[in-house]
Amino acid sequence: MANQKLSSGQTRKTLATVLRYLKRYRLQIILSALLAALSVGLTLYIPIVIGDAIDHIIAKGNVNFPVIIPLLVRVAVCALVIALSQWLMSTLNNKIAFRVVHDTRNAAFRRIQRLPLSYLDKQPVGDIVSRVIADVDQFADGLLLGFTQLFTGILTILGTLIFMLTLHPLITLLVVVLTPLSLFVARYIATHTHDMFKKQSETRGEQTALIEEMIGNQKVVKAFAHEDEAVRDFDKVNERLKTYSLKAIFFSSLVNPCTRFINSMVYAGVALSGAFAVMADPIGFSVGRLSCFLSYANQYTKPFNEISGVLTELQNALTCASRIFDLIEQPTESADAEDATDIDKTQGNVSLADVHFSYDEDRPLIRGFSLDVKPGQRVAIVGPTGCGKTTLINLLMRFYDVKAGSISVDGQDIRQIPRRSLRQSYGMVLQDTWLRSGTIRENITMGRPNATQEEIETAARAAHAHSFIRKLPNGYDTVIGEDGGSLSQGQKQLLCITRIMLCLPPMLILDEATSSIDTRTELKIQDAFARMMKGRTSFIVAHRLSTIRDADVILVMRDGNVIEQGKHEELLARGGFYADLYNSQFDPT
Amino acid sequence: MRKLLRFLKPYTKEAILGPLFKLLEASFELLVPLVVARIVDVGIAQGDTGMIVKNCLILVALGIIGLVCAVTAQYFAARAAVGFASQVRHSLFSHIGKLSYSDLDRVGTSTMITRMTSDVGQVQSGINLTLRLVLRSPFVVLGAMVMAYVVDPECSIIFAVTIPVLSVAVFGIMLLCLPLYKKVQERLDNITGTTRENLTGVRVIRAFCKEQDEMDTFRERNDLLTATQNRVGRLSSLLNPLSYALVNLAIVVLVYAGALQVNGGNLLQGEVIALYNYMSQILVELIKLASLIITLTKAVACGRRVQAMLEVRPTMQMPENGQNPPPSDEVVRFDHVSMAYANAADVVLRDVSFVARRGEVIGVIGGTGSGKTTLVNLIPRFYDASEGQVYVQGTPVTEWSAERLRERIGVVPQKAVLFRGTIRDNLLWGNENATEEQMFEALRIAQAEQVVLDKEGGLDAPVEQNGRNFSGGQRQRLTIARALVRKPEILILDDSSSALDYATDSALRQALRRMEDAPTVFIVSQRATSLTHADRIIVLDNGEVAGIGRHDELLSNCETYREIYESQFRKESV
Repeated sequence: MANQKLSSGQTRKTLATVLRYLKRYRLQIILSALLAALSVGLTLYIPIVIGDAIDHIIAKGNVNFPVIIPLLVRVAVCALVIALSQWLMSTLNNKIAFRVVHDTRNAAFRRIQRLPLSYLDKQPVGDIVSRVIADVDQFADGLLLGFTQLFTGILTILGTLIFMLTLHPLITLLVVVLTPLSLFVARYIATHTHDMFKKQSETRGEQTALIEEMIGNQKVVKAFAHEDEAVRDFDKVNERLKTYSLKAIFFSSLVNPCTRFINSMVYAGVALSGAFAVMADPIGFSVGRLSCFLSYANQYTKPFNEISGVLTELQNALTCASRIFDLIEQPTESADAEDATDIDKTQGNVSLADVHFSYDEDRPLIRGFSLDVKPGQRVAIVGPTGCGKTTLINLLMRFYDVKAGSISVDGQDIRQIPRRSLRQSYGMVLQDTWLRSGTIRENITMGRPNATQEEIETAARAAHAHSFIRKLPNGYDTVIGEDGGSLSQGQKQLLCITRIMLCLPPMLILDEATSSIDTRTELKIQDAFARMMKGRTSFIVAHRLSTIRDADVILVMRDGNVIEQGKHEELLARGGFYADLYNSQFDPT
Repeated sequence: MRKLLRFLKPYTKEAILGPLFKLLEASFELLVPLVVARIVDVGIAQGDTGMIVKNCLILVALGIIGLVCAVTAQYFAARAAVGFASQVRHSLFSHIGKLSYSDLDRVGTSTMITRMTSDVGQVQSGINLTLRLVLRSPFVVLGAMVMAYVVDPECSIIFAVTIPVLSVAVFGIMLLCLPLYKKVQERLDNITGTTRENLTGVRVIRAFCKEQDEMDTFRERNDLLTATQNRVGRLSSLLNPLSYALVNLAIVVLVYAGALQVNGGNLLQGEVIALYNYMSQILVELIKLASLIITLTKAVACGRRVQAMLEVRPTMQMPENGQNPPPSDEVVRFDHVSMAYANAADVVLRDVSFVARRGEVIGVIGGTGSGKTTLVNLIPRFYDASEGQVYVQGTPVTEWSAERLRERIGVVPQKAVLFRGTIRDNLLWGNENATEEQMFEALRIAQAEQVVLDKEGGLDAPVEQNGRNFSGGQRQRLTIARALVRKPEILILDDSSSALDYATDSALRQALRRMEDAPTVFIVSQRATSLTHADRIIVLDNGEVAGIGRHDELLSNCETYREIYESQFRKESV
């Protein structure tokens, strides 16, 4: 997450963005700061009042109640005011923080829906998820709560200093000189335990890898009766981890006692010098003042320790902020053209004219490709992995735009068609099956939310999915986890096919739609596919050549270009690349 | 959770000494206000400089002793916590090794990994914190009250009232917040899931034009999250102000009562200061304790999950000293075997019977989900048949010990997995005592010799995690070799040649036939070509045997087989 450091330029830019975002909370933030100042001031004031009160509790028969009682009432009032302002402050801060988190996440999610696939394809899913979830939290917590903490911390230090100086400048000097010692000690321990932490986390990583490997493949381990050996290997790493963890945990836990030790030394120093000061001048520096001083000395160091933590937190928060804003401010997909018109009854005439495309400027992929597909034709696309088959689909669906040339549907350039309308006229089944968490029914009806049970079952029967769905615990209402949960790859693929069978758009794109289904079931689905494809322009990508023999046009692709084009028999007769591919798969020798 | 604490037993000494030293440190801390009171009441009041210096030195000494005690306590606590965690991890790991396949299916890999890594980590820091702090805070709170009693019994009544009131406020708020925090986490997980799902399914969502729906769903869930957060926020932001106000009101009462006592001659000025100091300490400790309890509830929840994992009873017990029958001619026999997975409605295999003799090659073919893998998994008793019996070498598999049964069977699973180490390490999985010659023989049969020779280091070439530095085909051949190194009486190839090209596949089959003491081979495949030469092919359709016989027999009398075959060989008919 937030481990890369920002350059100062980036920091400034991010800060400016953050401030712009916080602008509308300006009033609340100012109010919160005022409340913080109020409660810090009063908190520091209370020990003084109590000190004054104690000064009037001198000895038997020498207690000045008329002075003490108003002082104590003042303490009570101060305490109540402090409590009230603290409560208001944290309520305000929470409100702002939660609001900011909420709005930022909504903005990020909205943006994701409109980002071009060229961006999303490049970014690991986990990375974007962590921006939307963890980074937003860190940003809001770190920045808002961090600021409040920093602000109150600095106020407390300044306030304490001023109060101490008015009480006794010399003893103050003693405190100011000694307290930084605890910071040094803390820093010293931190830098020296760094190595041990590194070793600990390395060994932990090693152990986690071993756990993932062995537990993940526990069935193989059992098949080879390898359990005991696995435990032996595990114990070796486990023992090492134990040693390193002990060191790391122990040495890092020294910080707290050590700083507390230094505090207690400061405390003793204040007691000593304070006692002498009282004896030297009991009127100017009374016993009550000494007690007040002691309580200051006790709390003076705390904000220091906190602030160093807060500063790293703020740094982190800024890094997180820059990551989340980077996402939110990514340019979106180009808007639909203003004069774009819906295509209603698509005939299915798709033509590509001199199309050029590449993902990467330096590596041209598709160069000058033209193709005219007549309504109802079946286009098969074959070729080795990475030859550009999927790219063609990206272009047809307008997930990506062509760099030059044009693609048109029924004579209308697809850039003149709203994306919504274009995409609805295609039914798409991808090799990379995707199902959402929800019921089987929700997944099937994605394209037609109002389908009746009868229609759903008919579609499922056609896709040969009905029999396995029926066997699931709750049939069509079985809830499946994220990405299909426990379903097999083949079953997932059948569901994706059912989804399309149900909504039957005028054109089809089948990208290795049956790659995980056994040949016999596939053969049966083929009939349903054949019926579905009748009268519908279809694009079929497959590496099983048996799937595409009946196509009207076969495009043989290699390195982004169509190198052969024709019907199955023609291509075989030509004895070219297609013939090679075909024979390598079906020649049993 | 309590049961889990048995792992702390070897560290009983540390677990007792740690908190003890912590208490010692706290006791010294409690003495500080008394020393200060003496400085004020005796030293300053009587102008006794020697007395003041002496008491300040005592303060320094208390600091040093406190430091030593604290460091000792931290050491013992860390030792106990780390040792405990290491024991728990060991037990978890070996416990998982005892689970059967159905247990593994039920629990799930990711759950087991989480239990072993982050959950144990949480429990470790929970124990560490408990040993260090859980006793300390209550001790300081009660200690402060006891000290107050020592100073002035009458004023200590104020402590006796304040402490319970404060505790109720602090813990009450915490307890009310806890379930809400859980809810916040759930709702956060919810929107995390939604975000991830939208990214992985972006193409489908856009193809179905579902962007607006998705945004609405997200906004709804996000609103829910924020609402819950606000609810917790309102509650938790009461904690600090409320406890602060309570303590300061108590101080006001305390100073007033102290004043009365001093006036009556029962108390000295410095002692009032001491009482005031004790009261301030209570607040700090109670708040520490409350936040500690939050961390601990998390640790306890993790501990419970770890314990539950340890309590997963292996559902299959294999006899320790099972039978060890001599090889017989009838190597495998299925006798009316049916099988249903736990929690599944339907049976996967129904009434399967057949016999496989020594040296025979048995093919198993059928569609997705027809029960092919289930059938072969019953032979090494990875699962138990729900009806009927499986015999190996004439003895029911239930009477074999795991070790004996499985060392006679070489399994090549569908997913070709190699483990981190070297090629040699991986081959030794098959037989710990294999010689290099035996390894190469196995490699040759598995058509993997060239793979090893081409790698720098040969047998000692490194294998990365999951064997990712080998191609799918190479991995598959090496896993076949691994199974052959043990010279198995039964070899199971579970769709193991799917990543091999036809030529290698057939070379492999021929080499297997040529082996002396050729094993009985079970070949599970979707490809009819891999099975045409089998002695017998078992055709499965939806868990039932659709036919058993040789290729040509099945072609003429088994409809299902013919369909499978023709679906792959339409070339002839074109």
